[in-house]
Amino acid sequence: MKEEFRILSTTAILGYGFPVASFEEGMKRNPHLIAVDAGSTDPGPYYLGAGVSFTNRDAVKRDLELMIKAGVERGIPVVIGTAGGSGGEPHLQWNKEIIEEIAREQNLHFKLALIHAEISREEVKKALKEGRIHALEPGVDGTGLTEEDIDATSRIVAQMGIDPFIAAFQGGAQVILAGRAYDPAVFSALAVAQGYDMGLATHLGKILECAAICATPGSGSDCMFGYIGDDYFRVEPLSPQRKCTTVSVAAHTLYEKTNPYILPGPGGHLDLTGTSLEQDTETTVKVRGSKFIPGKQYALKLEGAKRIGFRTVSIAGTRDPVMMSQIDNIIQGVKERVADNFSGKNWNYYLNFIVYGRDGVMGSLEPLRNQPKSHEFGIVIEAVADTQEQADAICASARSTMLHYGYHGRRATAGNLAFPYSPSDFHCGEVYVFSVYHLMDVEDPAAPFAIDYIQL
Amino acid sequence: MKTKLTDLASVIRSKNSGPYELTMDIIFNDFDGFEKVRKAKVINEELVCKLYNIAPKDIVGIVEFEPAKAIKITIRRPLCSGNLGETDVYGAQQHAPLLDLEVDL
Repeated sequence: MKEEFRILSTTAILGYGFPVASFEEGMKRNPHLIAVDAGSTDPGPYYLGAGVSFTNRDAVKRDLELMIKAGVERGIPVVIGTAGGSGGEPHLQWNKEIIEEIAREQNLHFKLALIHAEISREEVKKALKEGRIHALEPGVDGTGLTEEDIDATSRIVAQMGIDPFIAAFQGGAQVILAGRAYDPAVFSALAVAQGYDMGLATHLGKILECAAICATPGSGSDCMFGYIGDDYFRVEPLSPQRKCTTVSVAAHTLYEKTNPYILPGPGGHLDLTGTSLEQDTETTVKVRGSKFIPGKQYALKLEGAKRIGFRTVSIAGTRDPVMMSQIDNIIQGVKERVADNFSGKNWNYYLNFIVYGRDGVMGSLEPLRNQPKSHEFGIVIEAVADTQEQADAICASARSTMLHYGYHGRRATAGNLAFPYSPSDFHCGEVYVFSVYHLMDVEDPAAPFAIDYIQL
Repeated sequence: MKTKLTDLASVIRSKNSGPYELTMDIIFNDFDGFEKVRKAKVINEELVCKLYNIAPKDIVGIVEFEPAKAIKITIRRPLCSGNLGETDVYGAQQHAPLLDLEVDL
């Protein structure tokens, strides 16, 4: 029997923090790898498109300082996946600077590998021409990608599997900073390279990428430890207040997934139909039977975002039952007046009113839209236009029109809205939407991801 | 007999699953409650369509996951994450109609 491969996962997302005591507990177990996932598409398209991290710089630096110092001093590789939250080029550079700063301040010397994940528009257009682009979500907007869509997209990243990581390890990297990566690959690549089972390593990676979320009580800011054996893996929380139970681990398998039995990823899918969970010790769970099924064609997931304009919002409320009873008519009336005001401008804009207390949270899914029980409504007036100035103008016009709008039965002739703030309107800046969410067939799963080595 | 779902399930949550889908998890207190609800087939397409004001084609799947004594409902998001008109980027507040649910067992 081979020695168990040991992995320390520090936190659910780099920058979310972890207790030093848990980290030290993990280091006592002599991990072969210290790894962390740094990203997600959950915060929406803005961060990818704008090239901005959704995590805080100081928080990321704090987490990395502990990980890199311990890893370099003990000769344990450190891997960070989906740098800067979205894993594009600006995100990678942002995180690289933090690592360089840590190396300088702590007087640490090591070989850093940067794995790039941004894919050029030309490359994606070439793949489109060659019929190598496929819809990931049949039947929804995002099916028929065109050259124009690709040209309009600000940034496209591809989600790497294990191969670029393995290449970077073979290149002698002690610390790997990767762009957009399939979350489990960050944890599984080194184990697979050393001959451990791909299905078990990938399933363990799925659990470790969320760190202690799979324990009870769960936490996104505490460490978790994983062990891979010949035909099983084990997970162990590192804080004495947490336990892994078969139910807590199984429940985590559901989290954020469409189908808990079939989990697609780069190069194939994870099949959990034959997976069994067993309480190993009081706090650890042993898992067997998870299989990786390679696909016929290796495909990478592409994510892209494009800028569609600039946003200005105004936040207000109403406590007037007469106004609330006519809110739809009032919104319609305000929209018409604004359209009329700017009819000579030929502006392309979007004007929207989110009404909290009615359907502000659920929108079209709200079953109680026509029977709101609130005594007040919160209203967000939102304008999106081609420039910030135009968005300001549309939002200001809608806000002042709504404030003084004369509706049927109105008693409150001094004003219709309560504004909590002065100024009442806020710049939200650039607005992005997902414009690419597709699969790209590739022959070589490592080739699209260039690797740079930096000796620090 | 009508039973409130909140009396049977310790977790009722929603979350985005990628930018195009929303997924709701009902994790039961015990295997007994899970089995009863599963056998009664009360968490079905018709119910989900009614609760969320959607058509059957918008349901991606309703999956029973025994290891977690859970039932998972996945639907298409009315709007892709971050599109104009979006109301819940993380999809974390779309579970509420399930909290009011009473099931016939």
